[in-house]
Amino acid sequence: MTRQQVLDVYFMEARAKLIDIAAFLDRLDRAPGEPDFRLRAFIKALHELQGEGPNRAEKVLLSLSDPTTEPLAKATVKGATGAWRK
Amino acid sequence: MRYIEPHGHMVSRTTDDYTAMAMAGCQAVCEPAFWAGFDRSSVDGFYDYFCQLTEHEPARAAKFGIPHYTWLCINPKESEDTKLAEEVINIIPKFLDKPTVLGIGEIGLNKNSRNELRIFEKHVDLAAKHDQLILIHTPHLEDKLKGTRLIVDALKSDKRIKPERVIIDHVEEHTIKLVLDSGFWAGMTLYPDSKCTSARAIDMIDIYGGERLWMNSACDWGVSVPLAVPRTALEMKKRGHSAEFIDKMIYQNPLKFLSQSPRFKLG
Repeated sequence: MTRQQVLDVYFMEARAKLIDIAAFLDRLDRAPGEPDFRLRAFIKALHELQGEGPNRAEKVLLSLSDPTTEPLAKATVKGATGAWRK
Repeated sequence: MRYIEPHGHMVSRTTDDYTAMAMAGCQAVCEPAFWAGFDRSSVDGFYDYFCQLTEHEPARAAKFGIPHYTWLCINPKESEDTKLAEEVINIIPKFLDKPTVLGIGEIGLNKNSRNELRIFEKHVDLAAKHDQLILIHTPHLEDKLKGTRLIVDALKSDKRIKPERVIIDHVEEHTIKLVLDSGFWAGMTLYPDSKCTSARAIDMIDIYGGERLWMNSACDWGVSVPLAVPRTALEMKKRGHSAEFIDKMIYQNPLKFLSQSPRFKLG
């Protein structure tokens, strides 16, 4: 696909997702209380979008990942939150 | 269009889903053993589940003209209880001679704990002793990178394991290269909110090529789309991929991997 074709196929979808992210951040701003580690991780990951390509998706995923290498002593929960909590 | 759904938890789906899959061209569905959404309280629960996977579900799928195959294990979400996990592993050999069992799966890690890793290695040992194919689940979200690294390291350290007989599923942009470079097959799971979208899966195909790669819906009791594979085929067509290449990605590739089991036969 040419860049023009990629824009033709995906621009509107990406535009909608971009506005959804902006609205999500506005919603957080309006809400009372303190945010948790997920917002910090989200903002940090957003910075990866502004860098040079071509691996932005990989960099965002790495930014949200547990970078440690040793197995946990015990699994105390089953679920994942989407962002690594130090 | 013809396609194989190489990873679907059909016991959680409706007959309408089977109808839709059949109408979309599904030639076979393969169902790895999975977490039920709650912890089972004894090995007897798993015995019944394995009977469901090897007897009842193939009969249900056959009513819609779709051959049904399965993989057996205790899922990593239930591996923290090592006593139960070992009891379950001990009953699996009773089912390995069933005509629709393809191998051991989906084994792997969930929170990357020592107990999960220990039970993963016991499953790998079982597969090696019985010369079974292996299907691997990699952890969710922030745990995926670490879990994939631990899984690849564990597999590489077992010299009995042939990488071409192992598929490591749920890869994303930050794990696919490690999996393919290590010689394993990689699975991309098409989910609406997590794992990867159709567009991202096709991006990875464009970047890494079409070898040792398949796509699946991993449809289950959660938010998932049983027709995700044919939908992605349509998106591939929209992006200009040829009919032959689409067929390779959604039919020939899974056929190539799964045919390593003499039990997997179509038509």
